[in-house]
Amino acid sequence: MSTVDENATASLNVNAWSPGEDVIEVRRTPAPGPSRSAWRIFVETVRGMATTFGRFRETPVTVQYPEEKTPVYPRFRGRHKLHRFEDTGLEKCVGCSLCAAACPADCIRVVAAENTPENRVSAGERYAAVYEINLSRCIFCGYCEIACPFDAITMGHDYELSDYDRTDLIFTKEMLLAEPLERTPLRNEGE
Amino acid sequence: MIATVGYFEPWWIQIIKAIVIFAVGLQLVPVVLLAERKLLGRFQSRYGPNRVGPYGAMQPLADILKLLTKEQFRPTTSIGFLFALAPIISILTAVAAFAIIPFGNTQDIFGTKVGLYGIDVSIGPLYVFAFGGVAFYGIMLGGWSSGSKYSFLGAMRGAAQLISYEVSQGLALVGVVITAQTLSLTGIVTAQKGMWYVVPQLFGFLIFLVASFAETNRAPFDLTEADAELVGGYNTEFGGGRFASYYFAEYLNVIVVSGIVTTVFLGGWLLPFGIHPPGWVDPFVVLFKMSLITFLFIWVRATLPRLRYDQLMSFGWKVLLPLATLNTLITAIVVVATH
Repeated sequence: MSTVDENATASLNVNAWSPGEDVIEVRRTPAPGPSRSAWRIFVETVRGMATTFGRFRETPVTVQYPEEKTPVYPRFRGRHKLHRFEDTGLEKCVGCSLCAAACPADCIRVVAAENTPENRVSAGERYAAVYEINLSRCIFCGYCEIACPFDAITMGHDYELSDYDRTDLIFTKEMLLAEPLERTPLRNEGE
Repeated sequence: MIATVGYFEPWWIQIIKAIVIFAVGLQLVPVVLLAERKLLGRFQSRYGPNRVGPYGAMQPLADILKLLTKEQFRPTTSIGFLFALAPIISILTAVAAFAIIPFGNTQDIFGTKVGLYGIDVSIGPLYVFAFGGVAFYGIMLGGWSSGSKYSFLGAMRGAAQLISYEVSQGLALVGVVITAQTLSLTGIVTAQKGMWYVVPQLFGFLIFLVASFAETNRAPFDLTEADAELVGGYNTEFGGGRFASYYFAEYLNVIVVSGIVTTVFLGGWLLPFGIHPPGWVDPFVVLFKMSLITFLFIWVRATLPRLRYDQLMSFGWKVLLPLATLNTLITAIVVVATH
């Protein structure tokens, strides 16, 4: 069904996409008369009605949201989590503020303090005395996660973060360190 | 001569009948409202309302309560008197038209003969068209008195549409009237003993149905509302109870039209194949047939896109009206020839 003019294609840029065999033939027929178009309108209407009735007989595809939740992918970027070493229980964060520097929304505030032998909080020399993320400003880009040299901060899976007060959306270190409620299902392999 | 109304019941039965029809008939509106939203949902592969009450059954109640407790407001540009009057006209005419739908023949209830209908007027279809004609003032005045361009455009479209399609709707019924030789709706039903008029008057049935979609401002002829272009059409500026009245009237009109189609084309309370159930079954037969037509209304709304205004006009005048005229003419010739 190749109706492409060979000379025309030769003169074109070689890199240009060649329609090749994908040319769709368009047949122009005379416009249908009144009786024919009336018949066509009738048939198409009935066909449309049959289509919607087919949907009517199917079960709905709605996800009943608060009860059912769409599972998220493993790399979904939800609410942040701060981590501890599993063996020693010390915080991974050393208060270097690289996350705060990387943050484009400027929503992370870190105040570092020195570790002392009596009060040892993190594995490094210093620790984050204050670690706050203002989630009403956060854009969930994940740059903090990338900037962190110790994998101390990662993006979790939680996305239900609405609250009644803006001040409640400033998450402190204790909140970020705490194990979050299992609110979001994780998508299984191949799902 | 003014139309005669068949009275043979005592006055107190008339009052009880009016109350029963009013009470039962108006309960149908929330049912249709819910059915529409649920069915529309299923037609689009979703559930529709399912939060309020079991299976969302209390949704219409919640809607109506919400609307009725809202503040009554009107734009400063509106004409107060007409603005308040228009929804009342709409709802009043819809209720009045509901009165003549026969739900059954005369029954013996405790020794008293009672007709299972509001009134049996000798001008049946004309009564419906008369109130349909007045109902158009509800839309027209509502849109005009709002003092808003969207309302005004919606009302103008409504006026043109109702006038155009009322002609075809009326002509489609003339065929039936010629065949039945009566204008009384109970008479038309009893004339269908042999065969429902949907068979010999198939074209009349289809024309009436299509014109009815336009008359009730339902999709695909809902140009008076056209929410995509006119916000809400004639009812843009209405809120609270007044909007509820318009909404109520719209669904009651659907019920009334379903009732008329049932009565005139689908044999009213008659059952096919010579089945004669006891008299108390009749209203349920009528209600069942009405629900089928209402289902069709919802089905069409879920399927067909809204017509363009010029398409609406050319379809009404150039297709529907000639077909209706032809149908009437052929029916008349056949009736005269066979008599």
